Amino acid sequence: MAELVDLTIAQLRDGLSQRKFSATEVARAYVAAVEKNRHLNAFVVETPELALSQAADSDARLAKGQARALEGVPLGIKDLFCTKGVQTTAASRILEGFKPPYESTVTQNLFDAGASMLGKLNMDEFAMGSANITSHFGPVKNPWKRKDGKDLVPGGSSGGSAAAVAAHIVAGATGTDTGGSIRQPASFTGIAGIKPTYGRCSRWGIVAFASSLDQAGPMARDVRDCAILLRAMAGHDPKDSTSVPTPVPDYEAAMTGNVKGLRFGIPKEYRVDGMPAEIEKLWQQGIDWLKAAGAEPVEISLPHTKYALPTYYIIAPAEASSNLARYDGVRYGLRVPGNSLDEMYENTRAEGFGAEVRRRILIGTYVLSAGYYDAYYLKAQKVRSLIFRDFQEAWKKCDVILTPTAPSAAFGIGENADDPIAMYLNDVFTVPVNLAGLPGLSVPAGLSGEGLPLGLQLIAKPFDEGALFRVGGVLEKAANFTARPGA
Amino acid sequence: MSLDQATVARIAQLARIRVAADDRARMAQELSTILDWVEQLKSLDTSSVEPMTSTVEVVLPQRADEVTDGGYAEKVLLNATDPVRVSTTEDLGGFFTVPKVVE
Amino acid sequence: MILEGKTGKWEIVVGLEVHAQVVSKAKLFSGASATYGGNPNAQVSFVDAAFPGMLPVINGFVVEQAIKTGLGIEATVNEVSVFDRKNYFYADLPQGYQISQYTRPIVSGGKLVLDMPGGATKTVGVTRLHLEQDAGKSMHDQSPSKSYIDLNRSGVALMEIVSEPDIRSPEEAGAYLKKLRAILRYLGTCDGNMEEGSMRCDANVSVRKVGDTKFGTRNEIKNVNSIRFVMQAIEYEATRQVEVLEDGGTIVQETRLWDTARGVTRPMRSKEHAHDYRYFPDPDLLPLVLDPKAIARIKGEMPELPDAKKVRFVEQYKLTPYDAGVLVAEQEQADFFETVAKGRKDPKLAANWVIVELFGALNKKGVGVANSPVSAANLAGLLDLIENDTISGRIAKDVFQIMVETGGDAASIVKEKGLTQVTDTGAIDAAIAKVMAENEAKVAEYRAGKVTLFGWFVGQVMKSTGGKANPAKVNEILKAKLAG
Repeated sequence: MAELVDLTIAQLRDGLSQRKFSATEVARAYVAAVEKNRHLNAFVVETPELALSQAADSDARLAKGQARALEGVPLGIKDLFCTKGVQTTAASRILEGFKPPYESTVTQNLFDAGASMLGKLNMDEFAMGSANITSHFGPVKNPWKRKDGKDLVPGGSSGGSAAAVAAHIVAGATGTDTGGSIRQPASFTGIAGIKPTYGRCSRWGIVAFASSLDQAGPMARDVRDCAILLRAMAGHDPKDSTSVPTPVPDYEAAMTGNVKGLRFGIPKEYRVDGMPAEIEKLWQQGIDWLKAAGAEPVEISLPHTKYALPTYYIIAPAEASSNLARYDGVRYGLRVPGNSLDEMYENTRAEGFGAEVRRRILIGTYVLSAGYYDAYYLKAQKVRSLIFRDFQEAWKKCDVILTPTAPSAAFGIGENADDPIAMYLNDVFTVPVNLAGLPGLSVPAGLSGEGLPLGLQLIAKPFDEGALFRVGGVLEKAANFTARPGA
Repeated sequence: MSLDQATVARIAQLARIRVAADDRARMAQELSTILDWVEQLKSLDTSSVEPMTSTVEVVLPQRADEVTDGGYAEKVLLNATDPVRVSTTEDLGGFFTVPKVVE
Repeated sequence: MILEGKTGKWEIVVGLEVHAQVVSKAKLFSGASATYGGNPNAQVSFVDAAFPGMLPVINGFVVEQAIKTGLGIEATVNEVSVFDRKNYFYADLPQGYQISQYTRPIVSGGKLVLDMPGGATKTVGVTRLHLEQDAGKSMHDQSPSKSYIDLNRSGVALMEIVSEPDIRSPEEAGAYLKKLRAILRYLGTCDGNMEEGSMRCDANVSVRKVGDTKFGTRNEIKNVNSIRFVMQAIEYEATRQVEVLEDGGTIVQETRLWDTARGVTRPMRSKEHAHDYRYFPDPDLLPLVLDPKAIARIKGEMPELPDAKKVRFVEQYKLTPYDAGVLVAEQEQADFFETVAKGRKDPKLAANWVIVELFGALNKKGVGVANSPVSAANLAGLLDLIENDTISGRIAKDVFQIMVETGGDAASIVKEKGLTQVTDTGAIDAAIAKVMAENEAKVAEYRAGKVTLFGWFVGQVMKSTGGKANPAKVNEILKAKLAG
């Protein structure tokens, strides 16, 4: 039954309901796959017993004909989601050993839909990174390799999620996306991933990075699996004041395969300087595919695109500097002793946070501090308005927007590591979507010259995830991306 | 360079992150590089633009005044370093502890 | 109040910041109980203890309480207000920030009318009222090396009410706090209990030479937990500042603590770091948008507040402004008075009895109106007996004493003790005849012109009737008889 782990969630659902195999068999296959792939360092914590006991419950339900939407589907959970009784660290030393006495709304929703948990997935510390190299538990390896055989990053921050999905050691995974943390790693590993509209998934129980930007979403083998997962994850949550009470539609049903007459925008500002020719080529390919399917390309302008990254690197660190103040050694997590309260704080936070997190906290503290607030933080919030307006103007001319997901394919572990700004540029195409609160989907679309996966990004209007799944499905079918890592 | 070492020391103190004195120069350099890069926003005229704090277009939800939470001191203290419990046999609450503060 | 210094006259300038705990069942942003007491950390949710991933959701009733209070101080209730994070580290501040309102408070621009001795009034501006979270409690005396942290208070809703620097004396500061507390209690938005900390006051104090128009450098005095201490702290601090300035020194802006035991203010040691709170809008909360219809509804449900009640008492019951002011200071007092005065020919009599006799007795017993041994109905019964001439005012005072001790009703006491006033002229005639017969010499003196003896005769007659004779009748008949 080795091929069980190669089935998509949709196929698992069908096979389970037809009793071709049991949830326990599926769980066992995945538990074995997790063990076999420990070299990827995708998991921070493995929970095979939990997965097997949840699978046993699923089998009981299946036997009674009471299967739920994700009955018997084994998932990996990004370590940013608080999971009751299971260590949750945000891949930070400062939370090592922390076992939340509560379950995040999104994971609870998934469990309530019948999914099981194989473990907690590695990530960039506090979701700050684009390469999964800032984790306290070490870097995650991309299952894909360059021709030179060098170990590559899976992207970040949801790098463990992306690697695990790509390596078929989970059927699907949760991710979170503050500036591209679902879509960029999806692109780097040849999988699909969607950042929903801000407010679509509850943030309750997810370790906060930048509250006005963070959004949870699914990462899976294909667009349909993302649609199935998102339907279960999403929904209004009265415990999150920014959660929106809009009903969750059947996203799978939105995948009609029909994009005739749909207008898709091509933002001219996304043709950035130094964009590799193969990315440019893939983008053109995407345009051609959608045209061939009957959709109509429209050139649009998002004039403030080039300001998105600097805006993001003010707003996100500012919010993070405040969100991460609670990690002070008093009530949970690491405490490094000191002779006074302040010394204890300073020691704990210096040793508990890694270099990138410390850097961003200091930047965030600075841009909010007296005398600099207006020049940095307030300015960034105003530019955010302009970026938001750019998209509002664009929607007058098109229904969705097509762009590359990332400006490059996966790079080697250790590359870009000394230059924060070079690292930040990974998110140049994804960050504006977070700033505007829009949904964005990355679809695996082709291979680079080095044989590495590349993704295309679709962006839609607020709460129009349905359009993303519809167009994404068409794009995916045309691209016919079947390559596998190590194949 | 937009940030000097004294400023690094000040914001590190505000953020309660110890930055060793001999590390301040490197940190000042690193942070300055990022700050210089974000300064490109200054070229934009935003005088007539409202700042945006949230993209959500709903009214702040309000909850009813009912006691629906709390009452589990044991769980609150479970992950703490050196808590002091009132009783060893039953959950009568307890305290977090920190190095002594002089007011 | 003007301070006489070596170099001239100094004026005190005070602004008060009051933190009033909102009366509510649950906390501002979590569903944990907001009641006082409880086992340590037992009234704490994961939100209050700032666990990872926890989010605030606002308590709608607390918002209503703030609106009500805003309307009570005749302020503007802002239809849009914003919650900001005030960032600082402290052991009893789990989030590392306090959710507060900075640039856009829920209420702005109100006023309080202070009742000063002698019936004078003074208006003090209220700059703003905003909602914020309380912090937890740090305890420093339990261990030699550690401070203990209890987060039961963490997240409880507070209203911070900030006055304009309009206050010019410790007395005005006291009157401000009394009036504010009265309004909060009338509205039921804060219980005003300073000892339990549900109402706390910080005072910003500066001095300037009389005639100066610029304010001096101010100091903030924290940790003052009674109105009396606020007044003492202001007086001490102002005097200290005058001394410093007159000795050629300067006032450094700082936070000082009121040391109750020593009666002095001293600089706070733990606040030595320069503050930079890095306020920014809380991204976990959207702007608070109020429905004008909801504000109008709350306005329609407002109770009569002390100032309006005072005006009404003066008009309706013909009380002096001073008496009316005393009665309306607490809603329970005002209600007590109105029960006693209802339908009475002479409401002023009721006011006198409530203010002089009842409050005097309560003071002696150290209890409030709520625990008065004499109920309003029973006091009304006593006044009925005076008004219908059953007993005299003097006897009434004796009856009242018994009522205070036993809690009994006036009519039963009068009946039981046989204190009913003698109005029967026959009995009074007889008593007068007896007194005159026994004191012929005095009668002669009176008739010879020593009219000052009249009072003495009245006393003798009253004595012989056990004080029960109607004094007016005694006067009338005695005058006639003595005249011969």
